[in-house]
Amino acid sequence: MVSAQLHLGVAIDGAGYHPAAWRISAVEPAALFTAGHYLRYAKLAEAASLDFVTLDDSLALQPGGEGVVRGRLDALLTLSAIAPVTSRIGLVPTVTTTHTEPFHVSTSVATLDYASRGRAGVLAVPSLTAAEAAHFARRPAPSPEDGDAETAEVLEVSTRLWDSWEDDAIVRDAATGRFIDRDKLHYVDFEGRFFSVKGPSITPRPPQGHPVTAVYGDSPHARAADVVVTRADHLDAVRATAARHPGAKVLATVSIVLAETEQGARDRQRELDALMPFEPAGLSFTGTPAQLAAELPRWAAETGVAGFHLRPAVLPDDLDLLAGEVVPALRAAGAFRSGYAGTTLREHLGLGVAVNQYQGA
Amino acid sequence: MTKQIKLAAHFPGVNNTTVWSDPASGSQIDFASFEHLARTAERGKFDFLFLAEGLRLREHAGKILDSDVVGRPNTTTVLAALSAVTTHLGLAGTLSSTFNEPYEVARQVASIDHLSGGRAAWNVVTSPDAFTGQNFRRGGFLKREDRYARAEEFLATVRELWDSWAPGTLVGDKENGVFARDPGRFVHSGPQFDIAGEFTLPRTPQGQPIVIQAGDSDEGREFAAKTADVIFSRHGTLEDGQAFYHDVKRRLAAYGRDHGELLIMPAATFVLGDTDAEAEENAREIRLQQVRPATAIQFLEQVWSRDLSDYDVDGPLPEVDPDPDAEPLTWGRVRHEKDPLETARRWRAVAEEKKLSIRELVIEATARQQFVGTPSTVAATIDEYVQSDAADGFVLVPHLTPGGLDEFVEKVVPHLQERGVFRTEYAGPTLREQLF
Repeated sequence: MVSAQLHLGVAIDGAGYHPAAWRISAVEPAALFTAGHYLRYAKLAEAASLDFVTLDDSLALQPGGEGVVRGRLDALLTLSAIAPVTSRIGLVPTVTTTHTEPFHVSTSVATLDYASRGRAGVLAVPSLTAAEAAHFARRPAPSPEDGDAETAEVLEVSTRLWDSWEDDAIVRDAATGRFIDRDKLHYVDFEGRFFSVKGPSITPRPPQGHPVTAVYGDSPHARAADVVVTRADHLDAVRATAARHPGAKVLATVSIVLAETEQGARDRQRELDALMPFEPAGLSFTGTPAQLAAELPRWAAETGVAGFHLRPAVLPDDLDLLAGEVVPALRAAGAFRSGYAGTTLREHLGLGVAVNQYQGA
Repeated sequence: MTKQIKLAAHFPGVNNTTVWSDPASGSQIDFASFEHLARTAERGKFDFLFLAEGLRLREHAGKILDSDVVGRPNTTTVLAALSAVTTHLGLAGTLSSTFNEPYEVARQVASIDHLSGGRAAWNVVTSPDAFTGQNFRRGGFLKREDRYARAEEFLATVRELWDSWAPGTLVGDKENGVFARDPGRFVHSGPQFDIAGEFTLPRTPQGQPIVIQAGDSDEGREFAAKTADVIFSRHGTLEDGQAFYHDVKRRLAAYGRDHGELLIMPAATFVLGDTDAEAEENAREIRLQQVRPATAIQFLEQVWSRDLSDYDVDGPLPEVDPDPDAEPLTWGRVRHEKDPLETARRWRAVAEEKKLSIRELVIEATARQQFVGTPSTVAATIDEYVQSDAADGFVLVPHLTPGGLDEFVEKVVPHLQERGVFRTEYAGPTLREQLF
């Protein structure tokens, strides 16, 4: 029997998810602040036809002191800088939703969709820390419940703004002197609990109609988007999150430490933890590529998730093994596609065509 | 000494000057159009590409304006994407200091500077406008008189953040496990912003990205003299340009700045032809496309604040006076006419003297700096303006998107290079190296 086809996204943050990764990676620390660093990993992921890469972000420094990677580029701008020089890989930056302007969030994600010709997504995350609030000093940090509620509003108004231009709104009708048909532009008139936005967008509807929206779905207040990423750390909890979001593509986070032998993988894990003890969020895997390729379809079947958000411990090492060995093994087992069928992230994820809520309104 | 000319290319946003009905006019939104203009500008060894910012669609008489090119992408996102397809071209964008916060702007511009290897520039503007504010959490809170106070403190705060990683902060010592030592600490306490914490980005390749300022008012000139690297102006004639140039450069000394530390770059359009006469004819046809009948009436209504839709654009100006107390009919466009009655008087006088119809008058009244002629004439005129201190260079606005700059780069730039007033190779990898 052919197992279900998995969806796979991969995190390309810093030197890898493990806080000690930068110390054993061959990568120069200063390279983390260049576009080339992220382009290299996006190309590796694209060569393996993974669905998308993610890049984390926040409006504050990473915690952890001088022993860990601190500082990072704006995630959306970094993925924008690799959009024109990649062709198929989905690009999903974390975008914060608390201190930012929802109008800017909507147009910048739409623009990433234009620059990538239909490969943009957005992982919407509230800013819950006091440090972030102090960088703006306009409002206190929200409670987790309010942060999630506001994130849901930001995604809703973003989608309305994306829809606020019908796809054929630009008419260029020289006979009547009209560049646009104004009847195909719509005020969104969004009035929420946290903000209001008049609209329409300044940016015409992006190539995908709706760039892919994603949230972390473990909080009881989280409202579903196209994709829900769960960082639950055991299979029962992953199954519960998947059950709570039946309409979404639920992906489980798996942090991975790989080596050609089981012993080798354990040794790498020990080496990293000796430099900096660390418990990653979500599921963890330490072992060989073949073992991981066997586990992933089994975990998906057991929990009902559509796929995984994989976090390599060290870049590029664990991503090399993921792309070079895990993916071919999954393909051989019929659990992963042999190449890209479409060109957009929505197509990779099987999300179907986005319907414009204002079309013909 | 012969001055070296600075050149920038503007990708026009929402405007009535892009001739969208021309068969050669392409998309104003697809990334390929931005890439085309950027690659052309870089082939021509331009200093930078410039993008304005749009935050709300224009409305006229209560409806979204449908006659102009409209629809544009987010500014910083396009600039970041362009960093991937260019290597030396500066990447400049307008970011409102009203509908953003210093931490975000500092981070976005610094990110673009890192991603591009030192080519970012920020055009600082403010907006007091409640109409635009309806799209933002911030709303239209800013009082007009507070604009420059906020802008100045905004820029100062952004610069504090850009400087917040002291030299040597990024240690990167793998052996001893020190990535960064005490990164990004800042405290800013002022009337506009009272913020503290840690900035997320190391000092950028340029250290301080380039700061541009646009604005003609006394406060605007003073702000630029105090702190900007480049000022955009809109002075059409040689004499106006020289007066502005001398006024702004004169102000530098009060801030301990040198004459060469602030570059004056007016926006300018150009029209080429094989002969000067052919270029003039091309220019006339372009102006007619830019000021269509509906556009001419809108411009007039903008000053008159009355419904003038029944007037014949090929006939004389209305006898009725502007309504000085009416709400503006047009929203989202910068109003340069402060006194509508005075403007109407001036326009009537010009129309009478030159026997101009409504449309012809609007064409005349809204003309910007134009270089019209053969490539060698245009090169000579630009050079004359720069050598006689009417400008340090120009921000060129093509009337066709995205191919409107091709002809300039192919035909005019070589003349400038032959005259020895424009570079044939980039000076170094950063925008600061091109400009100073």
